[in-house]
Amino acid sequence: MKDWRFWLAEQRGTLLAVGIFVMMFIIYSSNHPAGFSPNVVQTAANKGVLLAFVAMAQALVVITAGIDLSVGMIFTLTNCLASWVVVGSPLQVAMGVIVVLGVGSLCGAINGAIVIYGRLQPIVATIATGAVYFGIALALRPTPGGGVDETLADAMTGRVFGVVPASLVVLAAVVAVVWVPFSRSVTGRAAYATGSSEAAAYMSGVPIRRAKMAAYTLSGLLASIGGLFLTFFTYTGDAAYASGNAYTLFSIAAVVLGGVSLFGGKGSAIGAIFGALAFRTIGDLLFVFDFDPLWQPLFQGVVLLLAVSLGAFGLFRVRNRLDWFG
Amino acid sequence: MTEAAPLFCMEGVSKRYGGVRAIEKADLDVTAGRIHAILGENGAGKSTLIKIMAGVVAPDEGRMALDGRAATFASPAAANQAGIVCIFQELSLIPDLSVADNIVISNPPTRFGMIDRGAQRRIAEEALARAGASDIHPLALVKDLPLSRRQMVEIAKALARNPRILILDEATSALTAADVSKVFIVLKRLRAEGLALLYISHRMHEIAELADECSVFRNGQKVATYAAGSKSDNEVVELMIGREYSHVFPPKPTRPKSETPPVLETRKLSWTERLRDISFSVRAGEIVGLGGLDGQGQRDLLLALFGVLRGCSGEILIDGKAVSIASPAAAKSKKIGMALIPEDRKTEGLMLPMTVRDNLSFAALDRVSHGGIVDREAERRLIDDMIKLLGIRTAGIDIAVGALSGGNQQKVVIAKWLMNQPRIILLNDPTRGIDVGTKQELYQLLRKLADAGAAIVFYSTDYDELIGCCDRVLVLYDGAVKRELVGPEITERALIASALNIDMAEVGRAAVTA
Amino acid sequence: MSDLSTTRMPAFMRRLDPAVTTAFVCILVLLLVGSMYSRNFLSPEYLLQQLKVASFLGIIASGMMLVILLGQIDLSLPWVVTVGAMMSSAVAGYGELGSLLSVPFGILCGIAIGLINGVGVAYLRIPSMIITLATNAVAQGLMVVYTGGFSPRDNASAAMRYLATGEAIPHVPNAVICWLVVGAGTVFLLTRTTFGRSIYGIGNRERAAYLSGIDTRRVVMTVFAISGGLAAFGGVLLAGYASKAAQSMGDAYLLPAIAAVVLGGTSILGGRGSYLGTVAGVMLVTLLLSILSVMQMPEFGRQIIYGVVIIGMLLLYGRERIQR
Repeated sequence: MKDWRFWLAEQRGTLLAVGIFVMMFIIYSSNHPAGFSPNVVQTAANKGVLLAFVAMAQALVVITAGIDLSVGMIFTLTNCLASWVVVGSPLQVAMGVIVVLGVGSLCGAINGAIVIYGRLQPIVATIATGAVYFGIALALRPTPGGGVDETLADAMTGRVFGVVPASLVVLAAVVAVVWVPFSRSVTGRAAYATGSSEAAAYMSGVPIRRAKMAAYTLSGLLASIGGLFLTFFTYTGDAAYASGNAYTLFSIAAVVLGGVSLFGGKGSAIGAIFGALAFRTIGDLLFVFDFDPLWQPLFQGVVLLLAVSLGAFGLFRVRNRLDWFG
Repeated sequence: MTEAAPLFCMEGVSKRYGGVRAIEKADLDVTAGRIHAILGENGAGKSTLIKIMAGVVAPDEGRMALDGRAATFASPAAANQAGIVCIFQELSLIPDLSVADNIVISNPPTRFGMIDRGAQRRIAEEALARAGASDIHPLALVKDLPLSRRQMVEIAKALARNPRILILDEATSALTAADVSKVFIVLKRLRAEGLALLYISHRMHEIAELADECSVFRNGQKVATYAAGSKSDNEVVELMIGREYSHVFPPKPTRPKSETPPVLETRKLSWTERLRDISFSVRAGEIVGLGGLDGQGQRDLLLALFGVLRGCSGEILIDGKAVSIASPAAAKSKKIGMALIPEDRKTEGLMLPMTVRDNLSFAALDRVSHGGIVDREAERRLIDDMIKLLGIRTAGIDIAVGALSGGNQQKVVIAKWLMNQPRIILLNDPTRGIDVGTKQELYQLLRKLADAGAAIVFYSTDYDELIGCCDRVLVLYDGAVKRELVGPEITERALIASALNIDMAEVGRAAVTA
Repeated sequence: MSDLSTTRMPAFMRRLDPAVTTAFVCILVLLLVGSMYSRNFLSPEYLLQQLKVASFLGIIASGMMLVILLGQIDLSLPWVVTVGAMMSSAVAGYGELGSLLSVPFGILCGIAIGLINGVGVAYLRIPSMIITLATNAVAQGLMVVYTGGFSPRDNASAAMRYLATGEAIPHVPNAVICWLVVGAGTVFLLTRTTFGRSIYGIGNRERAAYLSGIDTRRVVMTVFAISGGLAAFGGVLLAGYASKAAQSMGDAYLLPAIAAVVLGGTSILGGRGSYLGTVAGVMLVTLLLSILSVMQMPEFGRQIIYGVVIIGMLLLYGRERIQR
């Protein structure tokens, strides 16, 4: 076999997500009243990028066979924080951005520490930390408000050279600066190995704890980039419980659509990004076909339900029923 | 040729698990440029020996020296560092990563902090070539490879660590004949390169072809080291025999062959590549043993009978009628009346944190309940009977079963199934890790159950038990019944010889002439 | 008789595991702290009111406890609660018959969602966390479509209001009686039935339970259905209490339900826990909430304290054992 075929096989999940997205987007833009224009792309991109960041964050943790149910709350918390600190002189704005990203990473690191050293189940630990993060967000913004440096915000949500949405450029940059180095580092390799088979990883002397810690911390960082962008789009901070929860939920949906296995060890953050974009586009399809927007949550829920059920097909290959029980 | 100083030696090394000694004052010398084969029957201490060498377990006492300097290994990584690399039976490959990723997993080449994929690819290709497996593509995912290819990757992974001592623990058991010959060429080349190889296998012809010297282990001790080819198969079997007889077995009844149809019968039972055309039958009152080396399909056979395995072909007959058993629930139903004493009492037989009461009645809840409501009085009576019958020593029935001794735990597992009054009892190595006293009680119990009309299938890794308890023994090799031993034919010599798949006639002749 | 009591005694003692004892001690501490803030805190009326509020959570947490005993989790709880509330109120609009059927219909809807969860977890082996998140989203979608995105206009039926706020026995709210019935049923189920034994067995080690000939998949599926039914029943009562259902009224119950179960000493990994502990957990959480509101602690403080208390308690009791 040729090299490219192995590459294809390895990236099948990711490529499938890209394919679904492209198909959905073609259907979407060709039926959109305004057609395929920079404006349509920009609006779609700005909506999709938020979920893309959160989905990336989720993907990192899921690759280690964990789960982060606080990711939407970190997103909300950093949104509220940004609405306080990303204002003022350029220097203050820069500092503000760093503070927001730092707090996001810290939230992720706390999750990681509780899971690794506290030996709690990721699911309960992150539900609980999610409550804490939401509480802090609520303390920061009891009611929606605050602001953000508008020059920066407009630059981030506008278009580069009048064509390419700036948010997509930032997304690509984050992939290049965060995801690519991580996935190619020894730690990233260890994260995959840990997620695929923790026992085999241990036997092979892989740094399991370091890998998990890095995954959770980077997850917090990526969620905070998402939170920052939410602030750029809305110009406000809003501690909305439902929105935070929805992002957590959609991030899992995006990860599954993006070919990242919930059992760990398989998939990539790039897949998760396209999963997120596809998920958003599917949700928006209803609009261009003039469905009542009321149907959107149901439609998204059903897509999610179908996506998670797909993974069950491997079950029919199990020959020893004891394998059901792990 | 001058006698080279040993590269590695161990002296007086012992290891105990609980009260059970795995190896006792074992010695071993390993010389560079030689292939050293280790032989021994189940439980002779082979695997403990290599685990100690590979840093997986720490010895209780004894000395090890590498290059004449004292050595201790705190972890597998430390042993690797010192140049001792072990290829274990249970694969340590990561299924979702590529072959190349796996080969360099413990120490990937990096450039600017990132894994250098070019270098990784070169290392992997080189290692695969050294292992004689250039046909495996370095980018293929391990989980997509068949078992035999994975084993080759495992060997390549070991070679990529540049070992000085390479330990192969049944490393060829999953390989095809073509692969085995390739691996042999590789191993011989490695020997020529000056590596020391430790080769554990039960395939006598492989050892004859490959080894320079052999050591035989028995009862956790090395009993002999000899130059390969200097002893006949028969002499080797002779060395392996001689486990201490410490058990007293109940007398076997001599009863005429009954004409009733067998309670349990299989016809050409097969499952994946693990079980091949197994046909046998068990009558009421009979104890049929399963012998052979560990992992030859005995466990799979019991699971297949008990309705756990999917996609079995062939037939299972109960009382002469074909049945389909799709789950343990079906297997234990009144119509079939089967019970399985599983392999691992801690994960399959018991719920350790739960009480003796809950565990005992768990498989027989139907018998102590009406309409789904447990009749605690009836439950307690039945439990009391069982505790008395098996002599389970417990401070009460409401303490956690995990607090009991190993032997008593095992009694609970058996009692739990006897509460269901099974007609067919399958036992998967039930005496492993329990004390001698309890073992003897179990032998008595098995015979008592058989006399009461139960049909018993008894897998044991202890040949002594098979000899002492069983009316017949089926010896499995590579998922198929290699030989059936009846009555007086069941001897340690016959069991070991057929477990090793040695031609019996030859061994028999040798024994007569000896 | 004497040997009977000696075998029973350890069982009773065992139930007083440290987590449950600690939870009850915490309740006493909370009562003490509360009484310092307000003289009314220890008055019978106030405590009865607390018990009534606790009943809603108690009923919902009972189902969650069963699921957690299996070593699973049910994250569809928020919208199942809401579905129960909305669907029962919806049926209440259809005259006499509707009023009569409102309560069972609401519960049935919850059981239906629970069944989907159960099939997903037991037969398709989808991680419970994932499938229940998905059904939660679907339930939400259905309710949004049904209500048109607004607060539903349906009012709770008389039966619902009676169950939630009435007093069949003077001074004893019916909600408390409902909880008593549910609680007694759960205790009976867990301690006296083969089904309950199976739940503990599966939670401890599903492999061993399966090899003991238990139809583990059917048990798991049924437990999820029960959990859905109880969550919906909680929603029915909440709607009766507030006289109508509201969007996302269930959101406020997910975390407290899990917290109550876990704080009551039930292992999140399954197989271990007593209903007494869950009762303690429910009271603990309710009192905590109540004190925070007496202290006029804003919402953010409650969230943070919830989270911190749960993590703190879990670090004390709920840690995984070290593998090697």
